[in-house]
Amino acid sequence: MTELILESTWQTILMVTLSSVIGLLVGIPLGVFLFITDKGHLCQNLWINRSASLIINAIRSIPYIILVIALIPMTRLIVGTSIGTLAATVPLSIAAIMLFVRIVEDALRIVPTGLTEAALSMGATRMQVTKKVLLPEALPSIVSGSTLVIISLIGFSAMAGAVGGGGLGDLAIRYGYQRYNLTVVLEVIAILVVMVQCIQVLGDRITKKIRK
Amino acid sequence: MDTQAQEPILELNGIYKSFVDKTGDKVGVLQDISLAIPQGSITGIIGKSGAGKSTLLRCMNLLERPDQGNVFFEGTDLTQAPRDILRQKRHHLGMIFQHFNLLSRRTLEDNVALPLEIAGHPKAKRRKTAQSLLNRLGLSDRENDYPSNLSGGQKQRVAIARALAGNARVLLCDEITSALDPETTTDILHLLRTLRDELNLTIILITHEMSVIRAICDHVFVMDAGKVAEQGPAEHIFSRPKHPATQALLKPFLKQSIPEFIQDRLQEKLCETKENKAILRLIFSGASAQEPLVSQFIRKAHTDVNILAGFMDQIGDTTFGTLVVEIPNNPAILEQTCTFLSTRGVAVEQLGFITHD
Ligand SMILES: Nc1ncnc2c1ncn2[C@@H]1O[C@H](COP(=O)(O)OP(=O)(O)O)[C@@H](O)[C@H]1O
Ligand SMILES: [Mg+2]
Repeated sequence: MTELILESTWQTILMVTLSSVIGLLVGIPLGVFLFITDKGHLCQNLWINRSASLIINAIRSIPYIILVIALIPMTRLIVGTSIGTLAATVPLSIAAIMLFVRIVEDALRIVPTGLTEAALSMGATRMQVTKKVLLPEALPSIVSGSTLVIISLIGFSAMAGAVGGGGLGDLAIRYGYQRYNLTVVLEVIAILVVMVQCIQVLGDRITKKIRK
Repeated sequence: MDTQAQEPILELNGIYKSFVDKTGDKVGVLQDISLAIPQGSITGIIGKSGAGKSTLLRCMNLLERPDQGNVFFEGTDLTQAPRDILRQKRHHLGMIFQHFNLLSRRTLEDNVALPLEIAGHPKAKRRKTAQSLLNRLGLSDRENDYPSNLSGGQKQRVAIARALAGNARVLLCDEITSALDPETTTDILHLLRTLRDELNLTIILITHEMSVIRAICDHVFVMDAGKVAEQGPAEHIFSRPKHPATQALLKPFLKQSIPEFIQDRLQEKLCETKENKAILRLIFSGASAQEPLVSQFIRKAHTDVNILAGFMDQIGDTTFGTLVVEIPNNPAILEQTCTFLSTRGVAVEQLGFITHD
């Protein structure tokens, strides 16, 4: 049993870490793109901006469990199977991207526009403004927002159990729900609480350290 | 001044700019603005809120692209310049803001070094320049501190250092003292004048306060509803304001020169039942401030002049003074007074009447 719990914990960590990394890698550039193409910003292009926002909002409005089912063909295409931890990572990554895009956009939006103006008045290129001013100034908000995203992803990852994705959620469903093994459920809860707590504390620490 | 004879360092020609407001209407914020800024001058642009001052300043480095007109900086038309040339020129047009706009996560040194970083200078040079500028502006040993630990005045000093770091020849200042207390304001304005003298900078200052103009400006443009309402040497604007917008801006400033006990007794209309005395404000500037005009006038007009209040001050390099006097309310004497003083360069303003029992 202990082995099973350890394995499930590892699977959850794997799914959440992998999807967070993918979410950040895609979500940061996408969030920056959405921000700078918006009205009154560095590379205003309303047509592209509105189209991209529309697509992202449409995806965002799909409940996660339905997204998992809808993405089965795509998952098969990428991973070769729609069952297993790796397969569960695909819809989780899509959800992560959507959440991170939002976090990054919001974080950029609260950077005072005067900072962009100041950098432009010094002769900065738009790339320099983004890299030297916008992203560094938005970083504390991105980190604190990411903490929340990662915690949400742990929640989403539990639903992977529904499609045989493994992880702690899967374990809780199979042993706790189907066989009514309360001990397993309590252990799963304890592990999740510890996990969330660790992420929260770590996130807060980093945010505090980098916000001057 | 010999600066007037040179080619202006910055010149705006027929600038128009309009914005679309919330209701979708087009609003002309700048309408046919032309002005020339002499090298080495401190020029003030004053106007009430919404007059278009910030938009005008932002047109000078093309942060705002004019709909029409040209901006010449050191002979180059910025409106026609390709993007990379424009960026290069911006290195020499430093900008300072009301809310400082420092990067919160950079140390003071890295803030000041930002223009050099943008221009691609090596790290060693950036450090050296930033540290020497911080020293010069009285922030030595603070280079590793962060902006959030500074007072407003200190933040503005860092912003000035940063604007200078890119080898600025012109400083564009947008309400840079509006967030500071009066004492710090004086400090910062004096600092700007010292820097102008030492580095031969040209400074353009936007403000809505006459006191800022008074402290350091040589030349003033008064803006009203997107146009230049009036312009001239600072002492002329103070002593002979012509446009109603200028007079309105001067009012709170000049009010300081009338003591409260007189303000309280001042009447707008004549009182029929009592003896009335007319109250005049005489504004002297330049040469007229140094001549014994009042005594000459008393001798000529054979009248009593009672001096109620007065002060002398320095605006730029010019002596400037106001005198509040009381004379008999006699049309002939009043007329004579105004003519005599006006022809000698003194502005006369009738403030009202004071009654005597
Ligand atoms: N980007 C903009 N979009 C729409 N209206 C603007 C914009 N910038 C300025 N305005 C309008 O132009 C007018 C002049 O603004 P501004 O130049 O900031 O005046 P000032 O600095 O003299 O207070 C104001 O009515 C303001 O609302
Ligand atoms: Mg303004």
